Amino acid sequence: MQLFVDAWREGWAMLSSSSVDVWAIVFTSVRVSGTATLIALVIGLPVGLLVGTKRFIGRRAALIIFNAGMGLPPVVVGLIVAMALSRRGPLGDLGLLYSQQAMVIAQVVIAIPIVMAITAASVAAVPRELILQARSLGAGRWRRSILTLSEARMGLIAAVAGGFGAIISEVGAVQMVGGNLEGDTRVMTTGIMQFTRMGRYGEALALAAILMAIVIFVNVILTGLQTSADRWERDSR
Amino acid sequence: MLATAMALALVGCGQQADTSASAEQPAPTEVVLASTTSTQDSGLFDVLIPAFEKALPRYKVKVIAVGTGEALKLGETKDADLLLVHAKADEEKFVANGFGVERQDVMYNDFLLVGPVSDPAGIKGSADTTAAMIAIKKAGDAGKATFVSRGDDSGTNKKELKMWGAAKITTPTPDADSWYLSTGQGMGETLKVANEKAAYTLVDRATFLSSRKANPDLVVLYEKDKGLLNQYGVIVVTDAKNQSAGQAFADWILSAEGQKVVGEFGVTEFGQQLFVPNAK
Repeated sequence: MQLFVDAWREGWAMLSSSSVDVWAIVFTSVRVSGTATLIALVIGLPVGLLVGTKRFIGRRAALIIFNAGMGLPPVVVGLIVAMALSRRGPLGDLGLLYSQQAMVIAQVVIAIPIVMAITAASVAAVPRELILQARSLGAGRWRRSILTLSEARMGLIAAVAGGFGAIISEVGAVQMVGGNLEGDTRVMTTGIMQFTRMGRYGEALALAAILMAIVIFVNVILTGLQTSADRWERDSR
Repeated sequence: MLATAMALALVGCGQQADTSASAEQPAPTEVVLASTTSTQDSGLFDVLIPAFEKALPRYKVKVIAVGTGEALKLGETKDADLLLVHAKADEEKFVANGFGVERQDVMYNDFLLVGPVSDPAGIKGSADTTAAMIAIKKAGDAGKATFVSRGDDSGTNKKELKMWGAAKITTPTPDADSWYLSTGQGMGETLKVANEKAAYTLVDRATFLSSRKANPDLVVLYEKDKGLLNQYGVIVVTDAKNQSAGQAFADWILSAEGQKVVGEFGVTEFGQQLFVPNAK
């Protein structure tokens, strides 16, 4: 137990001193994973909406692929993206390996299936009669999409939380494509790995505490949104 | 049908359990060896451990490959039974603080300065290691060269920092020096970053030779200077879980037999000796 006490004391001292780059690492993490979540939403929401509401050939296959994609091992994504971006790889001319852009790319790939699958499942649960009724009242395609998404907002909130939570906690892919370069591509998870390997448990624990705080914070906000949405729903009935 | 299959499976399990229980050999004692990623990446353990386990079958070695910093920490917390690392000053401090029984020389290898064929800093043919480091720093400041550091407190990292110091260069940092990258990772990863960024790095000969295929754009630019030698030591952890087993491994690697295995490693594969045994 003494090990934890010592490490925590050391970590706390680091967090309160402004001299250390811990906060820079935290900032990089949030920026990279935030950007990746936004991009994954822009791509994943429309596709999830389409697959969740439309009936078409191959829909089942698409759903299976999304659901399987939720379990896509990040380390495999890291491997493929690293190979593709390597100077000898097909996208090597971009010179992107070991950069923040490479990390965003890998995280987008990891987050998209999560966003798509959760979106598809939640919009599919919206009662069809409601949409048909809206249609009979003259709502166009856009209006109907907006209505569907707003009815499914709980699921969409879960999609954001699931996507962001998954990628900000992920270590394999960002390590492989980012390279954990100090002051550039070092994020909380790769930093924790490194400091542990170096036996600097204080720094590792400090970063771990911030990572936990961010994940909990995001989920508190999202749960708050959900409950206030619930209330709104109840009141409007 | 299903029931028959399950019954058969059960019978199968029973038989298996029988044979293993009737085996007379007791389970071997596990020795936890904490060492560095560069030693692991060199492939030395793939030869050394089987040779030891063959000589003394009552032991089984578990290697934990981490940076020197964590290896020493694993010794302090007694999670390792013995250490095989390469940062002499820290090792001596470790023993002086009462964590280790004794530190003994095992072998040495040497470091190389590797980089792109174009050698933008012109370190090829430098007078000595110091001159090579100064050339890299100059080219770096001029925006012509990049250096990738392990930055992980490993033996290799400590060696690199000592080399900047010997050249009277203030330790570069990624913040102040845009030409200086720090990966905080193992040797294998760091080489890959250097290869990708056409940069210089410091690497031990064994790891460089065994990972040559993965990093085709890196070549040896400066080597064979006494400023580049790297001494390995072995330390048995005081009051470790299996201290006697740790001692057995230490005794074996320091014996003529163990030293021979060290000296022969890599000769057939790379055509050169990778580690020079020098136990007293």
